[in-house]
Amino acid sequence: MALTTKHLEMTLETQVESVNLAEEMCLRVAEAAGFGEDDCYRIGMSVREGVINAFHYGNEERPEKKIHLAVDLTAEKMIIHVLDEGIGFKLADVPDPLAEENLLSTSGRGIFLMRAFMDEFDVVPGKTGGAEIVMSKKLPAPGSASPNGQSGQNATRKREA
Amino acid sequence: MSLHATHRDAGQVTVVDLSGKITLGDGSALLRKTIRGLLEDQRRRILLNLADVDYIDSSGIGELVSGFTAVKNQSGDLKLLHLTKKVKDLLQITKLYTVFDVFTDESAALRSFT
Repeated sequence: MALTTKHLEMTLETQVESVNLAEEMCLRVAEAAGFGEDDCYRIGMSVREGVINAFHYGNEERPEKKIHLAVDLTAEKMIIHVLDEGIGFKLADVPDPLAEENLLSTSGRGIFLMRAFMDEFDVVPGKTGGAEIVMSKKLPAPGSASPNGQSGQNATRKREA
Repeated sequence: MSLHATHRDAGQVTVVDLSGKITLGDGSALLRKTIRGLLEDQRRRILLNLADVDYIDSSGIGELVSGFTAVKNQSGDLKLLHLTKKVKDLLQITKLYTVFDVFTDESAALRSFT
């Protein structure tokens, strides 16, 4: 993949292997964009969780449905879109995994992790139906990428405000 | 396979040495199979050594919780040993760090099973 790519799209099958594929592809973009090791980890994990969400909850693991992944690299940030072909959902309806009654739940932490690891996160209705996860991380200032990227910590402060 | 698991007996405790990734698919499935297998063998005191586990996703976290609950439901204990920084951070932000008993020393972990 050329490092000059500003927009990248791929259509993924609804299968477990798509999760790793999407993560690897976005990690390459993030590394090329200059993100440090920690931010790359957070971006990769968020993409993974977004595609898991589309695979499991959106498309209900039905192989005839597709997962649409797009990455935009602007001068300011890396924006990731994950669109499924399900019935859509509202963020307000997602249970809080930190609530006492949900702590021992075996699922429901993906949205929380994406929110924690990215600077911006939202779920919007997809133009062709389904749910579209849109999340972004601000690009590091030139020469500032370090193994201890700060974006995730900023996101935590924002959430607590 | 993304995860490798071996287990060894240490007195009444079974130590499971894990290495790799506990993620959606094979990794989570192997962890589930390992814990369920130990329970079927009446081994209810389980210490998961995560020293060589460098990556866990939400599916893996769910499987850890599922294993913890399954062992507790059989009046056993499942504890964690040697968390890597990333795994520790994940358990902290998901508030699970206080749910699990976590150890940095294997001898101390083994002594904690009573």
